[in-house]
Amino acid sequence: MSASIANSQQPPRREIDVSALPKTVFGSGQSILWWGTMGMVVIEGTFFALLLASYFYLRTRVTDWPPAQTVPSLNFGTINIAIAVLSLIPNYLAKKAGSSFNLAGCRLWLTIMSLISIVCLFLRWFEFSSLNCMWYDNAYASVTWTILGMHTVHLITDGFDTWILNIMMFTGPIQGKRFMDVSENALYWNFVVLAWIPIYLVLYWAPRWL
Amino acid sequence: MSSQPQREMNSESLEPRPRTPMSDAEARNWLQRTWDDGKGFTSWFQQVHHTVIGRRYIITAFCFFLLGGLLAALMRIQLSHPENHFLSPDFYNQVFTMHGSTMMFLFAVPVMEAFGIYMIPLMMGTRNIAFPRLNAYSWYLYVCGGIMLYVAFVLNTGPDVGWFAYPPLSGPDFSPGKRADFWAQMITFTEVAALAVAVEIITTIFKLRAVGMSLNRIPLFGWAMLIHSFMVIFAMPAVALDSSMLLMDRLISTHFFNPAEGGDALLYQHVFWFFGHPEVYIIFVPAMGIVSEIIATFSRRPVFGYPALVLALVANGFVGFGLWVHHMFATGLPMMGYSFFTAASLMIAIPSAVQIFCWIATLWTGRINWKTPLIFVIGFFAIFVLGGLTGVMLASVPLDTQVHDTYFVVAHFHYVLIGGALFPLFGGIYYWFPKITGRMLSEKLGLWHFWLFFIGFNLTFFPMHILGLKGMPRRVYTYLPQNGWGTMNFIATVGALFMTAGVLFWLYNIWTSYRRGPLAGDNPWGASSLEWATNSPPPIYNFDELPTVNSRTPLWTATAENPVIRGLRIDDREVLITRVLDAEPDHINSFPKPSPWPFWSAMATTALFVGSIFNGYALYIGAIPLAFTLTMWFWPKKHEIALEEAEGVRR
Ligand SMILES: [Cu+2]
Repeated sequence: MSASIANSQQPPRREIDVSALPKTVFGSGQSILWWGTMGMVVIEGTFFALLLASYFYLRTRVTDWPPAQTVPSLNFGTINIAIAVLSLIPNYLAKKAGSSFNLAGCRLWLTIMSLISIVCLFLRWFEFSSLNCMWYDNAYASVTWTILGMHTVHLITDGFDTWILNIMMFTGPIQGKRFMDVSENALYWNFVVLAWIPIYLVLYWAPRWL
Repeated sequence: MSSQPQREMNSESLEPRPRTPMSDAEARNWLQRTWDDGKGFTSWFQQVHHTVIGRRYIITAFCFFLLGGLLAALMRIQLSHPENHFLSPDFYNQVFTMHGSTMMFLFAVPVMEAFGIYMIPLMMGTRNIAFPRLNAYSWYLYVCGGIMLYVAFVLNTGPDVGWFAYPPLSGPDFSPGKRADFWAQMITFTEVAALAVAVEIITTIFKLRAVGMSLNRIPLFGWAMLIHSFMVIFAMPAVALDSSMLLMDRLISTHFFNPAEGGDALLYQHVFWFFGHPEVYIIFVPAMGIVSEIIATFSRRPVFGYPALVLALVANGFVGFGLWVHHMFATGLPMMGYSFFTAASLMIAIPSAVQIFCWIATLWTGRINWKTPLIFVIGFFAIFVLGGLTGVMLASVPLDTQVHDTYFVVAHFHYVLIGGALFPLFGGIYYWFPKITGRMLSEKLGLWHFWLFFIGFNLTFFPMHILGLKGMPRRVYTYLPQNGWGTMNFIATVGALFMTAGVLFWLYNIWTSYRRGPLAGDNPWGASSLEWATNSPPPIYNFDELPTVNSRTPLWTATAENPVIRGLRIDDREVLITRVLDAEPDHINSFPKPSPWPFWSAMATTALFVGSIFNGYALYIGAIPLAFTLTMWFWPKKHEIALEEAEGVRR
């Protein structure tokens, strides 16, 4: 039995030449970066799912929902999510610019996405006051604030990420990896928006419907 | 600035690049220079190779194991006879909380990940773990979390609310001060670290496998670490969220667990055990992987029922998430819930039994090589079956409510965790120590270790079943002579002495063998998986030539026709990425170089976590250095890009 296939000295060995393989790939499930991003997405998705489950669990503990409070006002939250959903279009274009190595396109769409992240954060500030409660009022208020706060952390991190990446696209140095970064960054924003939809429905509409 | 897009835009136009003919020795020199992380004080904080970080992880985890064991010894001394005053009640509360928290969060989970970090890239036949800098970051965080907890403990601020810290006891009303805060924040540290490692291991197993290692050829330890990592990803967020809600209740007056304001303390228990039960499998599943490796190697045949074993692991992973309420049978839940969770808890016995039968069949039909790793596995069988049986007993609600919070439960989970995880782990150490250090452990000392620990274990924990049935509750710091618990407790303490002696033999074995044990060679056990296809200890680039695989037991079936991988650059850290299902070559990735920024990011994270215990503004202020260090971590360095984009030396 040959105990070692790696150290064998006998020429000639059969060889698999991989030198021609690409270093930059964009397919889903293909790059390790994609798997890293998806890992983050699943972890954070689990956080949100557990938070929403806690929300509905706490709902069963009291008779009125929200207890002794006015429901959250719709204006800022609704405008904000509308912008977020529309931002999926420039986000898609950024992703496309990334996967076709289009540097000018990356710069353009990343700049737009950076600005959108500022707008969303600005509106998010007002969303907190339109919740019409403070986190220390009761358990409803605590869970409502925590869900919105948790999502805000995602807005901040993704916004920061987009800004940094965009700066890199302008200052260089550029390599294939940067275009993959653009693509994965867009994937992550898709998740932030996707998670936003159930959160919006629960925070703003569940108190009206339940 | 090279704004030119990459050359490799579509794969049809790909042409093989010129390669440099060179001797094996020359190639090794190149690889050594390319993958070396440097030596010396500052380099130490920049190292990113998985064997380096893996070794640190293993050593750290066992330091915490010894600390946790020391605390256990203190408890056994205190309980050795009635009305003992060796420890004060308040200190005793801290000791049992620290013991449980240490063993669960700072030892059991990290040590399994530690072996995954060290072994998985070798078993997959690649040169480093995926996301090596994240790997380094996770180790720093883990260490800092552990140090924080122990600093608090020696300052008499150790948590004293049990390892699961139920409110209302752990809430702001009944636990003023900082003790519970340190517990909750330690959770944050260790969970971030564990989640990072889980992502690394999943990616490594899916994308960095040797060519030919299709999914149905992954070694069982690989499958086990894969399932483990998925369970970490779905379970750990629960405990991190729960401890965060607890912290917020304590620090900024939220009301998650405050019934007076519409909260509910039971919410904590639900979320905690949604993590807590899978946690058992998070610890146990990698141990099953170790058992499978050891049994195959020491039966000198491929493991019997590979598909059944893989499916059993997967089933464990799924069913493990449907059991959490059996920890809450005493809380008064709807009848329907009782029936469902009893059924699910009984069902988990099925995949466990499938595994046991497959292993027995392997041993039965193999040519057994009786060495310490296998002997620890046999010890595991004996103990784990007993722990499993009491588990089935506890799954039934009437019995559970009878012995809830008694020493019966303590006996049960020590049989499951020590039997199910620590014995396989010890076996794994005897098995892999030669690979990691290049030297064999002494068989003779190993047998002393085994018998002292095995006898000591049963002496310590078997009487606890009886103590529990006699009504001795958990977590009492002492008891009265007329309770009649004295004899059994004394036996348990004697058993703990034996266990301590066993551990000392083990440490002595490691100490002497590391210095002058017999040299191991590449594959001392004649094992079949790829970690044995390289030197012991492995060089910093893992393999001279990237191996390919033609079966589930590559080293047993390797022939001269087995191809090797050629054409990767050896002057840059190029790694071959393969496809998820069939592990055919897909593309190439330039792996990260050493960097101090994971260390600094971990320091910034630590400042933020510890600071936020004392002042909420630490979250905002601490975010600035964290953002800065993370940016530096990911900011592209000109010389690294120049290196990665060069044509370079290929072999
Ligand atoms: Cu359980």
